[in-house]
Amino acid sequence: MIKINALIEVFPQLARGLGITVSVLIAAAIFSYIMAFAAGLCRLSKNVFIRKATSVYVEIFRGTSLIVQLFWLYYAIPMLFGIQLGSNWWTGVIAIGLNYGAYMSEVVRGSILSVAKGQTEAAIALNMSPFQRMRLVIFPQALRMMLPEFSNYTIQMLKATSLVSLIGMTDILYYGDIIRSANLSQAPIVYVLVLIFYFLLALPLIFLQRKAEEISKKGVASQ
Amino acid sequence: MKWNWEIFFDAFPFVLQGLGITVGLTVTCYLFALLLGFFWTFLRRVPSRPFHWFVTWAMEFIRSTPPLVQLFFIYYAWPMIPGVGVTLSPFASAVLGLGIHFSTYIGEIYRSGIESVDKGQWEAATALNFSTYQKWRKIILPQAVPPVIPMLGNYFIIMFKEVPLASTVGAAGILYMANTYGARNWAYLEPLTIVGIIFLLLSYPSAIFIKKLERKMNTRFDKNTILENSQKGAVL
Amino acid sequence: MLKPIVEYKDVHKSFGEVEVLKGINLDIYPGEKIAVIGPSGSGKTTIIRMLMTLEEPTSGDIYVDGKNLWKMEKNGEMVRANEKHLREIRSDIGMVFQHFNLFPHMTILENCMTAPIHVKKEDKEEVRERSIHMLERVGLGDKLNNYPSQLSGGQKQRVAMARALVMRPKIMLFDEVTSALDPELVGEVLEVIRDLAKHEDMAMVLVTHEMDFALDIADKVLFLDEGIIAEQGTAREVIEQSDNARLQEFLRRFRK
Repeated sequence: MIKINALIEVFPQLARGLGITVSVLIAAAIFSYIMAFAAGLCRLSKNVFIRKATSVYVEIFRGTSLIVQLFWLYYAIPMLFGIQLGSNWWTGVIAIGLNYGAYMSEVVRGSILSVAKGQTEAAIALNMSPFQRMRLVIFPQALRMMLPEFSNYTIQMLKATSLVSLIGMTDILYYGDIIRSANLSQAPIVYVLVLIFYFLLALPLIFLQRKAEEISKKGVASQ
Repeated sequence: MKWNWEIFFDAFPFVLQGLGITVGLTVTCYLFALLLGFFWTFLRRVPSRPFHWFVTWAMEFIRSTPPLVQLFFIYYAWPMIPGVGVTLSPFASAVLGLGIHFSTYIGEIYRSGIESVDKGQWEAATALNFSTYQKWRKIILPQAVPPVIPMLGNYFIIMFKEVPLASTVGAAGILYMANTYGARNWAYLEPLTIVGIIFLLLSYPSAIFIKKLERKMNTRFDKNTILENSQKGAVL
Repeated sequence: MLKPIVEYKDVHKSFGEVEVLKGINLDIYPGEKIAVIGPSGSGKTTIIRMLMTLEEPTSGDIYVDGKNLWKMEKNGEMVRANEKHLREIRSDIGMVFQHFNLFPHMTILENCMTAPIHVKKEDKEEVRERSIHMLERVGLGDKLNNYPSQLSGGQKQRVAMARALVMRPKIMLFDEVTSALDPELVGEVLEVIRDLAKHEDMAMVLVTHEMDFALDIADKVLFLDEGIIAEQGTAREVIEQSDNARLQEFLRRFRK
């Protein structure tokens, strides 16, 4: 029997974690987009050193688990930089940002490469400089191609924010865990509500992703 | 805290003890997801429209919410549901929690494989009077599955990387062992680094293998490539 | 004596182990209309792609207006040309591709306007007028704000020609521009090319399978076979009067 009282009480409790969840998501997302473009473009560079160095970053973060990266950075950052970052917020943002930045860099790289060769040749035939080819022809098309995957990864980052509860950040899941550990019999209601909460946050992102798929279908030439 | 090589070498065998559980969990979760994936795929094909809508949104719900929360639900909440009374071990909780979560992705992969089979194949199978079971077994699945094998392989690696989440409910894999060592000796960095290294050593070669597999599969199944190759002469 | 605008001197091209062009010597004069015919694999597309700087010769030289295209002088030595050098010379050459290669994210008007504005830094209004005029000339004046995906193959190819023409090249290259079109769309594209051949004083090189069309508009026809120019002459000479056995075999297959 679902106790209506319990329901009304739990939700506001969980909502206290909303600020952390959303702020970590937004910050990590922005950071990861930046990393994605930086790393993606670096991997296309003609400079071997830049290419290889970036590949190392990408392979390490793609080849290991986010939760491991999170814990590792939690202990490593104070040691490496000799500072306590003040809160674990930055650790969470950096871990998620670096992890998904690595995955998305492959999307950036892949979509630039898959803009059809004929587009580059047409741009050359019109005597555009390499920079102009990128800016006017390749990039606009690659960007459209990236949108669905980028929205997909953003939803994954939302899910990933739940991990910061493991390093003591007071997000939605954290508050859920508190209620559960105070009263184990509440566990079903609590975790179902937590899931619903995350799903509500995901809904706008899911719709954005469907939109992104539509946009990417027109306006792109790939063979 | 400074890096300590003694601790690093001391922790290594300790952490390694968890490897059996980690690998065992990965394989079990993966197989479970593969099986359950079929369940979703066939559920989606039920002709009823409201049912289809319901299944689609159920899948979306599971896919878009954190696996960690689903894991906690199975481990903490499921036994507490009145009438259930069964407690699940950490291992079993992980298999169910992660397995169900990823089965939704696998279901999508199966669906895309099936949809890529030419419509004419279905019609030919009907014309030759195959039963439904035969149609799937002999005609559709043999064409639907091979092209998606690389993608399925990728999910094995993804599963491997998600399994450490199970350490939060007590499954004694390598992350659990690393955290245990860390708590006992107040030295987390070295054991965690070992975990990272083990992951890289196992996942990186697998990823390369999958890429090679993908290339091989693509040249066999990509009709564009086949067309391209046959026209190479004409390009000159 | 008129000087050639393009000269190929002993040009060879290999792709890996395979030598596709085995010593091409060719002069193209200003305003000349040339058709290049030959079987698949003969290297005819490669010849014009090298002029458009899309492929680099393995050996030999190509001169445009007396300047070496692929090599430049640096400290008294001839070295491989850099991008800057290529761009200077490339500005006189234009190309229409077999698969159109229109920019899908721009309207057809934008497709035509982008290069003159950004590459040649020309005045936007002037470019717009010229582009509209060119698109009207190829019969698409009523579709200026359409996107390539909304056009038929023949229409796309005509846009591609307008786009190349707005850059006012001295030499226009056509790479089998009707081969990817449905048969009923070929005619409209050939009409535009015929109009260009009659009224434009730029040199035109057409790699094509349309023999009758070549007969109609070309000043000179080249038969390319196994990497060399096997026959060269006026259209009449090559297509109707040659006694080259392989050429006759080839023509038998392609002339309707």
